[in-house]
Amino acid sequence: MKHHIIVRVISKFLIPFMFLFALYVQFHGDFGPGGGFQAGVIFASAIALYTLVWGLDRAEQAFKPRLIEILIATGVMIYGGTGLLCLFAGGHLLEYRALVEPGHPQHGEHLGIGLVEFGVGITVTAVLTGIFFAFVRRGRT
Amino acid sequence: MNQLLYHLPVLQVVIPLLAAPACVVIRQRHLVWLWATVVTWACLAMSIGLLMRVYPTGGAITYEIGGWVAPWGIVYHVDALTALVLVIVTGVGAVVMLYARQSVNDEIPAERHHLFYAAFLLCMTGLLGITVTGDAFNVFVFLEISSLSSYVLIALGRGRRALTASFRYLVMGTIGGTFILIGIGLMYMQTGTLNMADLAARLPAVNDTRTIRAAFAFFTVGVSVKLALFPLHVWLPNAYTYAPSVITSFVAATATKVSVYVLVRFTFIIFGAEFAFTDMKLDVVLLALAIAAMFIGSLVAIYQTNVKRLLAYSSLAQIGYMVLGISLTNVNGLTGSIVHLFNHAMMKGGLFMVMGCVMLRIGSVHLRDMAGLGKRMPWTMAAFVVGGLNLIGVPLTSGFVSKWYLVLGALDRGWWPIAVLILLSSLLAVVYVWRVIEVVYFRDPPEDAPTERCEAPLMMLVMTWLLLGASIVFGVWAQIPAGVSKAAAQMLLGVTP
Repeated sequence: MKHHIIVRVISKFLIPFMFLFALYVQFHGDFGPGGGFQAGVIFASAIALYTLVWGLDRAEQAFKPRLIEILIATGVMIYGGTGLLCLFAGGHLLEYRALVEPGHPQHGEHLGIGLVEFGVGITVTAVLTGIFFAFVRRGRT
Repeated sequence: MNQLLYHLPVLQVVIPLLAAPACVVIRQRHLVWLWATVVTWACLAMSIGLLMRVYPTGGAITYEIGGWVAPWGIVYHVDALTALVLVIVTGVGAVVMLYARQSVNDEIPAERHHLFYAAFLLCMTGLLGITVTGDAFNVFVFLEISSLSSYVLIALGRGRRALTASFRYLVMGTIGGTFILIGIGLMYMQTGTLNMADLAARLPAVNDTRTIRAAFAFFTVGVSVKLALFPLHVWLPNAYTYAPSVITSFVAATATKVSVYVLVRFTFIIFGAEFAFTDMKLDVVLLALAIAAMFIGSLVAIYQTNVKRLLAYSSLAQIGYMVLGISLTNVNGLTGSIVHLFNHAMMKGGLFMVMGCVMLRIGSVHLRDMAGLGKRMPWTMAAFVVGGLNLIGVPLTSGFVSKWYLVLGALDRGWWPIAVLILLSSLLAVVYVWRVIEVVYFRDPPEDAPTERCEAPLMMLVMTWLLLGASIVFGVWAQIPAGVSKAAAQMLLGVTP
């Protein structure tokens, strides 16, 4: 679609803001509506828009299939790793308040939820991008 | 160390869960196999540790995730029954992993190995999670984890029929999963809680509503799809036949067992035996379907020419025995049912591993290609004979122990015709096992067929014999599995020993 000048210019203009908005949703998740899943979807939709305009080859230069595979795994490990971290800090699995010194349970919850949501965001972005790429790739081989 | 022991119930699930994405990162196929093997054996050690904590003394353990107490938070709950099922799943998983290397090298394209092992660990995570959780909704979540990964694993089988088999399983499994979710949703609607213990306490007050009856119906039908109870079994034969050998052994030995466990836990503990069996007459339904499964499964098995498919239909019959034990609703019957979970996991896992060895060496598991194989693969085929004797339930094998308890249970209930039917259906097992043995040992191979020895690789053979040898060992020294099962049955029925 790169011969459509309007699409090209507008998407170039929009994509950075989509990424930014995704990050806002990501880090605002523990105060208001939002969180890792929604942020991941927005992030992946920006990648999808880029792919629609510039084609799969260029998109895959930025997001190589191997990288996507690793990101899918990394997000899960961040989530689970946070849980285990709580366990090693002396709490139960995913007991976030164990993460910081006693007396500030809210800080612990904040930190724990932030980390977990970060993992969710990464995995959701990577999974959706992976699914989208798989569909785009289908017609070509 | 003590600290870690305290966290065992949750580590049991979290370690394979986190090991699965690590497989994707490691990627190098030999390392991935090594990693998966180490993880599954660690899981086995953990489940044995848990079993030793709850049996013979110790009582149930609960673990609060995130430190949130029940009924608000999610708790994990381990008792004798849970621990036994955990040992079944991790034990078969660990043995299958050591067995897997050569078989997977042969059957799965090399570039997919890391994903295969990741899916395998996820499947195991799901099964362990279903078993250990004390939260009804969590059961559904883990059920989806294990089901989705097993669809993937089955679809990796050789040939395109694996894809249709997997897709059919996906459709049936999703319907089953949805029914379970609707059941849990209705329970939640009526009681406002998802914690199993809390549900069990609140349900009797609202038992007499249409909502709970509908919940019970939806839930039972959903679980029956998952455990392949007779009329809802159509996904099973093809899924087992066309899946990779390793996966057939693992899934056949564990997935349906875990579903039986879910059925037992929900009917006896959550809904309560009185509601399930006296008010809803579930025992009559299960009894009829179990007997139908025992006979139809065995009869259809007799006419199969693909041995994997033959064993799949035999599984259907064996599931009938497990469900039969539940429908007897007394200690002996239920003990038979639970001990058969354990015994059948060993024998059927082992038998499918034999078929994996045959697949590796001669590339087919059709009866016509297996003529005279007893001379070419003597150790492998001897293992088949041992497994076959187990299926029949010959004394000194573990199959005998399960049937013994089932017959006792039927007699306790005064249903002697049922005891006769159990024996009659065992005779059908003689027929289908004999068909294979006759072809393998007494029929000459075709003229042009190779005749040299082609025994399976040592590791695969050792693991096959480990599982089938265990089924003999636990048939002779039945105190351990039967003791745990009896303790579990008494716990379920609320009988003090």
